[in-house]
Amino acid sequence: MVARRALQRPAPVGDGGARMTHSRPKIPAIWLLLASVLLCAAGMAVGSAGWEPLWQAQGSGISILWEIRLPRSLGAWTAGALLGLAGAVAQGLFRNPLADPYLLGSATGASLAVALLLAALGSASGVAGGWAARLGLTGAGFIGATVAVALTLVLARGVQHTLRLLLAGVIVGMVFGALSALVMFWVPEVMRAMQAFMLGTTGFLGWPAVSLLAVVLLVCLLAGIAFSRVLDALALGEATAASLGIAVGPARLVLVAVMALATGTAVAQLGLVAFIGLAAPHLVRSVVKTTHRWLLPLSALAGGALLLAADVLARGLLAPQELPVGVLTAVLGGGYLLVLMHRRPG
Amino acid sequence: MSRPRWMPPVVPAQAGTQEAMACEGLRVTLGEREVLHGIDLRLARGRWTAVVGPNGAGKTTLLKALAHLLPHQGQVRLLGRDAGHWRPRERARALAWLGQAESGAEDLLARDVVMLGRLPHQDWRGAPGAADHAAVDAAMRETQCFDWRDRALGQLSGGERQRVLLARALAVGAPLLLMDEPLAHLDPPHQADWIALVRRHVARGGTAVSVLHEISLALQADDVLVLQDGRLTHHGASRDPATHRALEAVFDHRIAVHAVGAQFVALPHIQSGSDAHSSTLSRSED
Repeated sequence: MVARRALQRPAPVGDGGARMTHSRPKIPAIWLLLASVLLCAAGMAVGSAGWEPLWQAQGSGISILWEIRLPRSLGAWTAGALLGLAGAVAQGLFRNPLADPYLLGSATGASLAVALLLAALGSASGVAGGWAARLGLTGAGFIGATVAVALTLVLARGVQHTLRLLLAGVIVGMVFGALSALVMFWVPEVMRAMQAFMLGTTGFLGWPAVSLLAVVLLVCLLAGIAFSRVLDALALGEATAASLGIAVGPARLVLVAVMALATGTAVAQLGLVAFIGLAAPHLVRSVVKTTHRWLLPLSALAGGALLLAADVLARGLLAPQELPVGVLTAVLGGGYLLVLMHRRPG
Repeated sequence: MSRPRWMPPVVPAQAGTQEAMACEGLRVTLGEREVLHGIDLRLARGRWTAVVGPNGAGKTTLLKALAHLLPHQGQVRLLGRDAGHWRPRERARALAWLGQAESGAEDLLARDVVMLGRLPHQDWRGAPGAADHAAVDAAMRETQCFDWRDRALGQLSGGERQRVLLARALAVGAPLLLMDEPLAHLDPPHQADWIALVRRHVARGGTAVSVLHEISLALQADDVLVLQDGRLTHHGASRDPATHRALEAVFDHRIAVHAVGAQFVALPHIQSGSDAHSSTLSRSED
């Protein structure tokens, strides 16, 4: 392909530059993939008893690896990838590097729905632990996130005005947040389970969750890449994007849907894991300047690697005690952004 | 002055006879306020028109409405066809738009930004072909920004950035070129380059419309549109004394148009010192 292009192009002077632009993103992609594989291996080697070399596993150890640690690690990676992807879409869509995937109210929507379900089920012991209840919580989380985003869209009267969309997201977030606080105030028994949800945990990820996350990741990634040129064009402003023949309204609706689906699915499985969606695209952009066609998959890879790394640390640092992974992502992500902020000129 | 290979063929037209853009009864309401109050206008092909007027006169709104980027009442025609009847991609290939002080895209490489101009020529997968690369290279060389094609937009100065954005608009290869304040941040040599570039565009049969704040630069165009309070107060050749009077009138006679050699310049009209100004100018032109 490159050779053919070089033959056809009249001015070979610019070719080196062109090739550089297009091949550079592959290097971070390879690094991130490698890191993900290594982290996954590390994730399988960390258990309730601390670090256990993989090669020593035998008997029941193998089934623990296969049934618990592998799906948990893969699930953490996929959920992180969804958050990274959603963050990159959000930052492109809102033309704001500080945008994060929870902007349209999906996080608070999910927590309100989870709080309501927990309160409705009562404080019956084991609510948070049982698989059936877990499935109910996941469903509630997803429905809550979707309803919140839909409400944001209704309040903003569509997707035409990004500022209105952002404000509506803030309003929905505040009101839903207050409502979940009210539920916790009235039914204090749900407080502990809610806290686990708000801090985020990968402890409940099994194979069904991994398959669901993987399918949603694939769908969102393909849709995101198909609309990546729209995000590039939107970076120059709406008028310019429209002048290039892009139907800005419908394209934006698709991108909001991608963002909501990715965020809702991840939040429903994990709880509110902070900072991955914000930090992953920044990490990518600090390494490589590229178009959204590359930025989206790279942000997904970075998000996956970040969350998996945080999860491995959360499990391994104080083993057999486990830290909520959301606490680690917040601390690490916040620290990383701080470093980035001081490195950036101006 | 032959047409580069990557440019789409422009229908050969005798300059000034065929219609490039036109509007009839054009009204635009932004929020509660009507900004344009019924504008009738006809722009000929192969000419460069400058749109001038005081702040808030509706210059940008007129340009956006002509580019079909704003909801409007009344008819807008592009190349003789109702603008609403064009398919968006087709219209995007016929009309290139350069907005005022476009911000954003800080993390895109200059080359990737210019390549966005080729979007209307690519299918949804957006894989650039040889013609796209050639168009991007040519456009970047034309605005002299080829050297920093691999730098991110956020790393460029205001003028460098503006040249990349201009190349983006040129890369579309459209016969109609609409530019809102294209000279912002450009230093005098690059302003002169920009004028030469627009001249080449119209010499190839293209049409250019630009909103310009700098009246002396606007007087370099073929025609001048004078807007005031959402109404068209004058439309005439830039060399026409009636146009000069209209310009002076729209700016409350705070400027005066002077002839300097074969060109015209607008200077602040200072009652006591205007003669001194022109004599200084004549000297500097020698």
